[in-house]
Amino acid sequence: MQQAMDLARAAFFAPGVLDEHHLDKVFAQLMTRDTTLADLYFQSARYEAWGLEEGIVKSGSYSIERGVGVRSVCGEQTGFAYSDEISMPALLDSAKAARAISRAGQSAKVQSWQARQPSKALYGMDDPLLSLSEQDKIDLLHRIDVKARAASPYVQQVMANMVAVHEIILIVDEEGRMTADVRPLVRTNVSVIVEKDGQTESAMSGGGGRFDLDYFLHDERADAYAEEAVRMALVNLEAEAAPAGNMTVVLGNGWPGVLLHEAIGHGLEGDFNRKGTSAFSGRIGEQVAAKGITVVDDGTLEKRRGSLSVDDEGTQTQCTTLIEDGILKGYMMDRQNAALMDTVSTGNGRRQSYSHLPMPRMTNTYMRSGEYAADEIIESVENGVYAVNFSGGQVDITSGKFVFSASEAYLIENGKKTKPIKNATLIGNGPDVLTRVSMVGNDLALDAGIGVCGKEGQSVPVGVGQPTLKVDGLTVGGTATA
Amino acid sequence: MIELENREALAAEFQALAETVLTSAAAKGATAAEVGFNKGTGLSVQVRMDEVEKLQYHRDQGASLTVYFGHKKGFASTGDLSQQALEDTLDAACRIARFTAEDEFNGLADAELMATDIPELDLYHPWALSADEAIELALTSEATARGHDARIVNSDGAGVDSYAGLGLYANSHGFSGTSTSTSHSLSCSVVAQDGESMQRDYWYDSSCQPGALASAESIGLQAAQRTVRRLNGRGLSTREVPVIYVPELARGLVGSLVSALSGGSQYRKATFLLDAQGQQVFPDFVQLHERPHLPQQAGSRAYDSEGVATRDREIVLDGKIQDYFLSSYSARKLGRQTTGSAGGSGNLLLDHTGVSYTDMLKQMGTGLLVTELIGHGGNPITGDYSRGAAGFWVENGEIQYPVEEITIAGNLKTMFRGIQAIGTDIDTRGRVQCGSILLDKMTVAGQ
Repeated sequence: MQQAMDLARAAFFAPGVLDEHHLDKVFAQLMTRDTTLADLYFQSARYEAWGLEEGIVKSGSYSIERGVGVRSVCGEQTGFAYSDEISMPALLDSAKAARAISRAGQSAKVQSWQARQPSKALYGMDDPLLSLSEQDKIDLLHRIDVKARAASPYVQQVMANMVAVHEIILIVDEEGRMTADVRPLVRTNVSVIVEKDGQTESAMSGGGGRFDLDYFLHDERADAYAEEAVRMALVNLEAEAAPAGNMTVVLGNGWPGVLLHEAIGHGLEGDFNRKGTSAFSGRIGEQVAAKGITVVDDGTLEKRRGSLSVDDEGTQTQCTTLIEDGILKGYMMDRQNAALMDTVSTGNGRRQSYSHLPMPRMTNTYMRSGEYAADEIIESVENGVYAVNFSGGQVDITSGKFVFSASEAYLIENGKKTKPIKNATLIGNGPDVLTRVSMVGNDLALDAGIGVCGKEGQSVPVGVGQPTLKVDGLTVGGTATA
Repeated sequence: MIELENREALAAEFQALAETVLTSAAAKGATAAEVGFNKGTGLSVQVRMDEVEKLQYHRDQGASLTVYFGHKKGFASTGDLSQQALEDTLDAACRIARFTAEDEFNGLADAELMATDIPELDLYHPWALSADEAIELALTSEATARGHDARIVNSDGAGVDSYAGLGLYANSHGFSGTSTSTSHSLSCSVVAQDGESMQRDYWYDSSCQPGALASAESIGLQAAQRTVRRLNGRGLSTREVPVIYVPELARGLVGSLVSALSGGSQYRKATFLLDAQGQQVFPDFVQLHERPHLPQQAGSRAYDSEGVATRDREIVLDGKIQDYFLSSYSARKLGRQTTGSAGGSGNLLLDHTGVSYTDMLKQMGTGLLVTELIGHGGNPITGDYSRGAAGFWVENGEIQYPVEEITIAGNLKTMFRGIQAIGTDIDTRGRVQCGSILLDKMTVAGQ
């Protein structure tokens, strides 16, 4: 992908002042003979967002983020500094600060520079901020507003937001490898508030990915977000108190894959396992899920929100099998943790920006399809809960306890989906929740593309997915005690 | 030592940049404008298993520009403070404003509300600490924790952070204010194991004043005790019981009140406390005060993010709601005046009811002591509340055993009305300062 490298050179290098030949000096400052890994992460990002509320586009914002992160690693130890100025003096300063982690005095050097390209580009390089005119962006938000208000007379408020990001990345490492990536990312969200007979409720919908903004115009996607948000809010108006206690839970396909992200995904990140602080530490080869269950983390899906042609350390992404037929197969790795565990990076080294350190993070995490039809799964449940949408989750890596919060759920009574129930938190234990999955649907779906994952204060875009699942025994945190 | 060199010169430089940008905005036709500049420097060290794990130097700067063309508004920000970058950013803000809609409620806060007397808040106290000394402190903290109990078998590390920053806000009313502040923290997190049960917990302290921080040893000790006591947690069957929130979680209940009373949720009617001023929301012993001018406190500030002077306010008196948290925009939408709450609240102090933590356990008798919440399950519009929890089962005022993998649920309206006592064990680390809170009844769901 020579063109990404051209864009990166143009963005960060200045002929005769700063290019790979000058970087020799930076690496000489940064590396000692103890250095096991060192890299520079150049980033230039443009963000634009527009917000509609009360029928008008009230707010718009634009920002530029630009800088370079400088990292020096000696085994388990990391030195890090960054600068929002991309210049030789700033790079040398940061290199000197980052190198302080090493106690060795002697400098080391990079042998030769080599530009690399990922074998396959997973997304286009065009700047999505320029993919629609300003007026078209505004019109799109208005169209969502009109669509949502037309969907129901009970709609009181519509808030719609559109965000576009264009990033250029250049990673230069101690092996002399230079890797560039150009990353578009767009997202549209719709929130609605509905009121009926004095009762008020809300709901949110949206989608996106590594596309141009006209993605939202195709297949009436933006309209669908508006209608979906209204539909869900109206369902919640009718919701009764959720039950409290341990019961059979059927999870819908797609976004409820947040279960996998929280229950097992974080616990399988390489850093926690190298340190032995995860409830999954040392359990490779053990059965952690029912037979027939396969879960992967796949950074190679075209144009998905969690996808990357290369990760933030320049490693090509891949489809990593985490659980195969119920057996724990592998962890997600970045370069540092892979080296310490005597394995190789799985292309999961990610960072929020140049001012943050990379660590193992998920990309798109999903479970492969099984054999049951969704209807068949619901019919098999005498009494339980059917949760089809979630608003997020969290996990305690060490104890393995995780939660995720339903935003649209129903009771199942005698094999039938019946009354909607109020938002409730579900809690379970990561290492054994998948052993209690008794039916896996044949309807794998990925989420619509609005997921954000937080870890140690850093946010990165991710994707999740799963088929319909039946879990025999999850605790539902409602208020209605039988 | 982490310190901003030449703060006066930096403030003067930001002042000059602000004037240039404001003049340039006017020249481009903006009828009003506001700008913010900030710069900060910091050090974070993290040690783990007796070795340095991370040494990070932070250096941040940024500018944010808002322009108004009548009632049309545009915003842009940049990390590059060069003249050219600022000019480009201003152009971007103006471009945005060409496309946003007329909104009669947009604009700067009223000129007569700008802060004039700037109280000395005493928030700038750099820490005379080298990276090596920071590492030593972190090592001491972790070693204390690991040495406390044989069941502490692993560590997530201990850290020391120190940060110094300067910010300038100016607008076309002619207001300009500069604030400097430091923040320092010590933290420690360890892992304990007993048979199959593995648990992690942590403790920390933070302050703008390094001398006010708890010792590295005490942070390590607290982290160790908090971790070990969680081992071998049990489930609970589903039941309705009284619940105690420890101070660091009780703060979250006050946070829910603040969002429910914020201007945005009021004018959008997206709150379970709509038009609640004057309403009895809590029992009559509940008093909540906003005190933005306390020296050396995390939530202290002389003016809000629009330059509006902050002042002492009563939020809850005798259980009745007194006021909202409004910016100039939400105030105009509601036909009220801004409360100086743009960018958030000042220090919020919840009065205790004279009950110590131990007495509160006795008062509860039998119930759940909640020490950890996970997830964000709650509905700000209806007040419905449901969170994952861990803590301790209490009988006859005595802790019996740790519990985990449970949820607690209720509705914030009934939870607020059901407050029985507020503890004297006040956590002063954050913007919200409160003690433990005893609630009469919540639904606990479990095995």
